[in-house]
Amino acid sequence: MKGFIAPVLIFALSIGSALADDVIAQRRALMKANGDSTKAMVAILKGAPYDDAAVKAALKTYTEAAEKMPALFPPDSKTGGDTAALPAVWENKADFDARLAKFGKDAAAAAGSITDAASFKANMTGVLKNCSECHETYRAKKG
Amino acid sequence: MKYWILAFVAACAIGAATAWVLSAPRGIDAQTANAVSAPGDAQAGGVVFYMGGCESCHMTPGQPDPLRLGGGLELKSPFGSFYPPNISSDPTDGIGAWTAPEFANALLAGVSRQGENMYPAFPYTSYHAIKPADVRDLFAFLHTLPAVKGRAPPHGLGFPFNIRRAVGLWKFLFFNSAPLESTAEHSAKWRLGQYIVEGPGHCAECHSPRNFLGAVVASKRLTGGPNPEGKGVVPNITAAGLHDWSPDDIVTALSIGFTPKGDTLGSSMAPVVRNMSQLPKEYLEAIADYLKSYQAP
Repeated sequence: MKGFIAPVLIFALSIGSALADDVIAQRRALMKANGDSTKAMVAILKGAPYDDAAVKAALKTYTEAAEKMPALFPPDSKTGGDTAALPAVWENKADFDARLAKFGKDAAAAAGSITDAASFKANMTGVLKNCSECHETYRAKKG
Repeated sequence: MKYWILAFVAACAIGAATAWVLSAPRGIDAQTANAVSAPGDAQAGGVVFYMGGCESCHMTPGQPDPLRLGGGLELKSPFGSFYPPNISSDPTDGIGAWTAPEFANALLAGVSRQGENMYPAFPYTSYHAIKPADVRDLFAFLHTLPAVKGRAPPHGLGFPFNIRRAVGLWKFLFFNSAPLESTAEHSAKWRLGQYIVEGPGHCAECHSPRNFLGAVVASKRLTGGPNPEGKGVVPNITAAGLHDWSPDDIVTALSIGFTPKGDTLGSSMAPVVRNMSQLPKEYLEAIADYLKSYQAP
């Protein structure tokens, strides 16, 4: 019996940590997609030609990320997998989730209101503001 | 035997006297005191305020107005916690009753209104380079801001870091108050960038590694290091560290907070971007010019 418990525990713990690593990998992938979209959006803000397809795709990426993200921060995923998430995420989970909801809402609204360069300039900055506000408190800087 | 005891006591006395002399607070000179005492331009002072990022540390925590400078934010360090004081215009709890030379002593020499050494958590190690005219104008600007009641808690430092006089020895070893150097070949733009980065911008205070006594390692200035405010790494912003960035990328990052890869700077840079974005674009271009040419000493 005793010889049975240790392997089971080790197995369970490694599944647990593998699952935790999995959510970390998932959320990092969503954030990377956000960043890739943002690169194109910043270029347009700085004067590149307005590209409606790219803008709508970016806003869709943001909305999807905002929907999926809150569930990808379970209590056992605070460390490992090279995560840059700060303990503040779990200390203020309600605020964290609320900010993601706002981000998704802002992106969805912008998808309706942005049709050209002028409306892009007027509305995109508000969407992008969510990035720095969340990352100020909830993500460690990794150089 | 008693000669050895006498020699030992004498050596201790000489050592203590030397330490006492070396650690004495040294304030600004009379010429600077006069220069900062002239009436200041509050509007120009606003620009200094945003270059200096004063509100990032002195803003009353837990409320959204950056111009309410009641102090009290806890700054954790390896030596304990520091609490930036109230620098609002309140005459009792803030700087409302201060004279301009008292204010200049703090910024330029790290000497408090009581004539004591100030802890370099207040970055006079960079602010010493601020021009007296800018100090004068900043002082005028601060007086236009609301009075906030209440004082910050005293610093929470363990022994021996709570011996304020010992900061004088730290200053003797590490406080280099020499003026910024440039040659005739440096453009006005570069010199403005140098001034902002090394003076009010105090970038090196976060973007440099520090030694075990908390002083910036001069030979590695601006090459980055562990985040002094907690988890994470602060990047290298020398020309080598920024080799993938164009000057325009740097201006973009400082004005809207996004990197060339579409990432947000975030973390401790978020308040810096809020301040830098208030500056004229030429100032950000000047910063970019300086950093793109900067090689660690």
